[in-house]
Amino acid sequence: MTAIVVTITSGKGGVGKTTATANIGAALAALGQKVVCIDADIGLRNLDVVLGLENRIVYDLVDLVEGRCRLRQALIRDKRLPELFLIPAAQTRDKSAVSPSDMIRLGDELRPEFDFVLIDSPAGIERGFRNAIAPANKVLVITNPEVSAVRDADRIIGMVEAEEKGPASLIINRIKPDMVKRGDMLSVDDVLELLAIDLIGLVPDDDNVLTSTNRGSPVALDGKSRAGQAFRDIARRLMGEEFPMVNPQDETGWMNRLKGWFKREEAK
Amino acid sequence: MSSFIDRLLKREPKSAQQAKERLQLVLIHDRTDLTPAEMAALKDELIEVISRHIEIDPKAVTIEMSQEGREQRLIADIPLSPPRRKRMG
Repeated sequence: MTAIVVTITSGKGGVGKTTATANIGAALAALGQKVVCIDADIGLRNLDVVLGLENRIVYDLVDLVEGRCRLRQALIRDKRLPELFLIPAAQTRDKSAVSPSDMIRLGDELRPEFDFVLIDSPAGIERGFRNAIAPANKVLVITNPEVSAVRDADRIIGMVEAEEKGPASLIINRIKPDMVKRGDMLSVDDVLELLAIDLIGLVPDDDNVLTSTNRGSPVALDGKSRAGQAFRDIARRLMGEEFPMVNPQDETGWMNRLKGWFKREEAK
Repeated sequence: MSSFIDRLLKREPKSAQQAKERLQLVLIHDRTDLTPAEMAALKDELIEVISRHIEIDPKAVTIEMSQEGREQRLIADIPLSPPRRKRMG
């Protein structure tokens, strides 16, 4: 096994990095991949609660990097998906506790053991972001169709290129098809024209994301959720499958929804 | 076409359209680290240097940033002053 190390980042906070990391990780594990998710947001631990693993933490990323525990002790195994693991962030330390070279060393240690290593980057463009992208083979930039999120995504895309980790791929999250239709939300085409990078996923705004996060169970495991389907599609694309991109904007009518569903079935 | 109808009915352009246009301008400056004031200074200096060698029409000079994908390009349009015919004799 040689894992692909994928870092999920955004610049702006609150656009869905942690939700995307948890869901892409769960979707990959459900597809039979061996996955470890790393919470690189030191001091603001969150990936554990989104995955529902908060009660099982003994050691964290900083313990591992500073040699207070072995790799096996820091890996928390998911209760639903035996191939899904978490390395949680430290809660009592800050970003300076870990360096980019620590993260590169950790990535090298994990690669032979897994198919995918997913790193949840903190918001911002400082140390935490540099730590998160240092070991990456691939960077996913996530944004919302909203001016400040798109602007920050553009800066991050430029920085990923400057660090020679590009080209990044884009996830557009929380698309509201009805608002796009009314001309009150940037469309997928608008965002792509502005940012000029490859697309890897389109995730519609979906209340199921909040309810499943409330329960600590990733929405990607909910077969009926449209956001869950979008995260499963991203997982398949990461595994190298060519997969038709379903634009939530085209899915408003029931006929289109049906057509989209058939297209997806055909691709399977 | 829709913007024509909008103007006819004195409707405000759609907010998504405004968002896109505002972002287009903001991103150009974010990517180049060049403020509109610095851009104006660049234009003035460019006019000064070129005028030393050839006669140009400073008022007609335009300089702008264009983008293709993630590639930025500085495009200057510098019209020369109409040539003055030398009179013989």
